[in-house]
Amino acid sequence: MAVRPERLFSAFSWLAAGLVAVSVGALVVYLIVRGWPALSYTLFFGDTPWMAAVFGSEPVFDGIYPAMVGTFILIVFSSVIAIPLGVCCGIYLAEYAQSRLKATFSFMVDLLSGMPSIVMGLFGFALILLMRRTLFGHANTSLMLSSACIALLILPYLIRMTQVAFESLPDKVRLLGPSLGYTRWQNILHVKLPAASTSIFSGIILSIGRAAEDTAVIMLTGVVANAGIPRALSDKFEALPFTIFYLTAEHRDDTELQTAFGCALVLLVITGTLFFISYSIQKNLKRSWRHGE
Amino acid sequence: MMVEKWIERALFACALFCSLCVTAVFGFLVYFSWPLFGDAQGLAVVFSWVWKPFMGRFGILSMVAGTFGLAVLALGIAYPLAIGVACFTHGLAPARIRNAALSLVYFMTSIPTVIYGFVSVFILVPLFRDHFERGTGFCLMASAITLAVLIVPTIVISLRAEMDQRSEEVSMAARSLGLTPAQELLWVLLPCSGRGLVIAAVLGFGRAVGDTLVALMVAGNAPVVPRSLLDSVRTLTAHIALVVATDSQDRSYYSIFAAGLMLFLIMACLTLVIRGLGRRFGQGKENHGSAA
Repeated sequence: MAVRPERLFSAFSWLAAGLVAVSVGALVVYLIVRGWPALSYTLFFGDTPWMAAVFGSEPVFDGIYPAMVGTFILIVFSSVIAIPLGVCCGIYLAEYAQSRLKATFSFMVDLLSGMPSIVMGLFGFALILLMRRTLFGHANTSLMLSSACIALLILPYLIRMTQVAFESLPDKVRLLGPSLGYTRWQNILHVKLPAASTSIFSGIILSIGRAAEDTAVIMLTGVVANAGIPRALSDKFEALPFTIFYLTAEHRDDTELQTAFGCALVLLVITGTLFFISYSIQKNLKRSWRHGE
Repeated sequence: MMVEKWIERALFACALFCSLCVTAVFGFLVYFSWPLFGDAQGLAVVFSWVWKPFMGRFGILSMVAGTFGLAVLALGIAYPLAIGVACFTHGLAPARIRNAALSLVYFMTSIPTVIYGFVSVFILVPLFRDHFERGTGFCLMASAITLAVLIVPTIVISLRAEMDQRSEEVSMAARSLGLTPAQELLWVLLPCSGRGLVIAAVLGFGRAVGDTLVALMVAGNAPVVPRSLLDSVRTLTAHIALVVATDSQDRSYYSIFAAGLMLFLIMACLTLVIRGLGRRFGQGKENHGSAA
């Protein structure tokens, strides 16, 4: 008997899933095996006492602490810029925008979300070039510029998550406000936004993960290999993903290579944690709505 | 009410600002690469095959070839795999494994690209170097495989969204005909999801074109047109990163803005394709609804 095509197809799909699972598994296991021995006090702080490092009285030379601080500040500032803007934009798209305008705006959001991150970085770089040529002769790439460009990068995720969160609210939530005589905005503020907030929150966590992992943007807008802890927003800075990239290409000895593995493991743990928070929120949300109906 | 009006205006301003940002990105790219379009000579210098900045040759065409070669190859590896995974998580796998596989796919989206590149440098590259005994191991094939792993989740998630929608419409009919899940997927659901198959491919391609780090770390970055799978290539994205990083002469900057503009236009075209497919589909569905 000839092999039936669907048998073959089924086997192929098992094979494909297995192959993908094995490659991701290999990646994670490899990082843990190679990175685990590197996780030590010196990986984070080098030879500096941690009190002195945290309070900034002594610089950290061989540790990834400055990179962690840089990534953290980057996340905070880009979130401060992008979250209000993205949520407002999402609300406008979901609740106010009419047919034509909505199509235009959502095309722009699509365009923004498809933009390669390096182009976003190039935009920041061009901004500095322009500023130098015109008003601000000594403008330079900095933490502030990186935050703004990263904000632009995560903006489309936030907009889409907010929009989808609003548009997928069940009808009973949607109709609650008007039935109480709420105006449109009161309905959004007091009924829909609280109802959508969990799912918006998970979108925010997801976009923080994006901000933490992106390398191409910051590479063009102010990250450097050795900057120490930034003292001002106009300083250059270090960041975890860039440290990994830099050490991969430029490691001089085994210690630095170990640092790279440790750093990669730390970054994977950070983004992985953010992902699981966001993922479990979304899973619970789906379940609770299904039960509610 | 006054407050309501102002709030609507404020929200509108936010949306407008976001749109203006996109326009500004485009405007900057055009403005900075404009000197090239001014004279035919500048254009000829950039749109040539030779990149030798110290000899005044700023051609980016080999990077364009690198970008497309790498993206097509990565898509060629990832696409069949992704279809397999999408079908696996859509009925072929037992429930428990299916959920685990789905979680894995979503988890893959959260792995930083720099880590994909990093691990590939230490696993794949030595493999290629030792096995083929040619070159350094930093090559088209190694980066295509890495990139393929990177874009699999993009394709799977987009394809699954379409398949979920389709299966609501057809699965009852398919099951009542006595088809097994595998038969249903192969003979009914996949042929029905034509649009989704195209969209997923376009999205995956776009992700591959837009990625910087994997190409930069694994592909070797030689600015020549690759002749074999083991040759080193340089993509447009990696080219931008490299030129800015080496901080070379002012004139080579034009070429990176041209490269940026080209990337922008490629992505804009892909976005348009997806929207075009989506819109046509929307109208079809309306007709279908009214007919029923």
